Amino acid sequence: MSQIENNKGSIQVQNLNVYYGERHALKNLNIEIPKHKLTAIIGPSGCGKTTFLKCFNRLIETNENVNITGQFLVDGQNIFDPKVEITSIRKKMGLLSQRPYPLPMSIYDNITYGPRIHGERNKTKMAETVEYYLKQASLWEEVKDRLHSPASALSIGQQQRLCLARGLAVAPEFILGDEPTSALDPISSKHIEQKFIELKNQYTIVVVTHSLRQARRIADYIVFMYLGEIIEHGPAKELLSNPQHQLTKDYVTGEMS
Amino acid sequence: MQGKFIEEKIFKVLMVFSTLLIIIALGTILGSIVVKGLPALSWEMLSQTPKGGFYLGKSGGILNAIAGSFYIAIGSTFFALFVSIPVALYINIYRKKFSKYSNFVRLCLDVLWGVPSIVYGALGFSLMLIIGLKTSLLAGILIVTILIIPVMIRAMDEVMKTVPKGLVEASLALGATKAETALKVVVKQTLPGIVTAILISFGRAIGDAASVMYTTGFTDNVPESIMNQAATLPLAILNLVSSPIKEVQAKAYASALVLTIIILALSIASRMLTKKYTKNKL
Repeated sequence: MSQIENNKGSIQVQNLNVYYGERHALKNLNIEIPKHKLTAIIGPSGCGKTTFLKCFNRLIETNENVNITGQFLVDGQNIFDPKVEITSIRKKMGLLSQRPYPLPMSIYDNITYGPRIHGERNKTKMAETVEYYLKQASLWEEVKDRLHSPASALSIGQQQRLCLARGLAVAPEFILGDEPTSALDPISSKHIEQKFIELKNQYTIVVVTHSLRQARRIADYIVFMYLGEIIEHGPAKELLSNPQHQLTKDYVTGEMS
Repeated sequence: MQGKFIEEKIFKVLMVFSTLLIIIALGTILGSIVVKGLPALSWEMLSQTPKGGFYLGKSGGILNAIAGSFYIAIGSTFFALFVSIPVALYINIYRKKFSKYSNFVRLCLDVLWGVPSIVYGALGFSLMLIIGLKTSLLAGILIVTILIIPVMIRAMDEVMKTVPKGLVEASLALGATKAETALKVVVKQTLPGIVTAILISFGRAIGDAASVMYTTGFTDNVPESIMNQAATLPLAILNLVSSPIKEVQAKAYASALVLTIIILALSIASRMLTKKYTKNKL
């Protein structure tokens, strides 16, 4: 039991390979994601960063013809083990996608959707949950008077914060962001970045970003990928100021995009 | 330059003319039904069963056919729902939307859609002979169910195709199962489209003549049990119009008017729903 406790919030990837049919999309990835830090995955388009992120909560399996080998240990447990219940893995991983996708229901029901499917029935507790997580996502003040209006009526920036609150409401250990600010205006982006910085004390956060500037602003740890491989990874400051690999150098100095 | 100009002109005239032709065709049909049917349409027509036989009886109404048609349409739409929703969800949510398998199912449905309804009627009749079911409301409902299933699934499919992958993934990422995602998110998101699909199928069910001809029979009475024979509006029109008596022929037009109004109302309702739905999405 104590070992499992120690492992909470940890991710180790060992010899991970992903094939889409014949295409070898991820090549032998080996990495340990630092706990309670913000890790940014960077690299040019098509390098496999989103594919890699989709392994974290096994959303990759919604594609057809995917073949995965290797180990992906979350809290010491290989999530691709056929015995693992997929919903329990996904519950541990809060996902913020490129564009917000509010569920077709009210703001309130968007937050309670997760807790309800995981068996929560207590109405008072759910009302508390809604308030708590909307406050965490800095959305409470803006929506507290219209909790029961449809979530689709919110602005894109507000929707993305709602999606963050919705993800946090299932009490995950990890937060995954797939270019979570790419559809947002600068102010909303800043909001989300600020949230991530606040949340990394409680959660292990992994963010895919195509913006090197964003990585500089928010990341503690950086993984640089190129053509399906991890070229280099390390603490953000070191990797950005003194990249070891020529490819990383080219990317960081802007000679490759 | 002159040549291009004339080409454009000719093509434009052709388009305008063809479009007008469609509108005129509908107008003529509606006009003749209204002109010939409206005088015969009365409360008696709607509220009474035929007196003195459907073929020769001058008095009485078409309540038997109205009731029978609604029973058939309601019953078959109800049963078709239980097949259509699962299939539509399966090919869009469980399978990848545009996978080979899903597209193959769509092809099968389109072929089924194209099969003439008389073939469904004949199929139903031969099945009834095998299992020993007599012409009845039940047999009619079952065969019309099979007839409208492809229509209903494809109509639902068209809406479910528009559900973004990201929305499904958002629900899955929260730890929902595919079933929870399908029922609580996808059905909810596409509800107006599902209702439209139901209305379209209902319209198809109430208007089809050939499939009920061999399976449901015809009677002057309002059916009291699903094992009774039942009259339907399309068959009532066929029977009444072939009568030699003028008054009875007029009843055929009145029946056609009733049927047309029902179908018109259904398609207007479904259009309004679709419009409202797309407006909400933007």
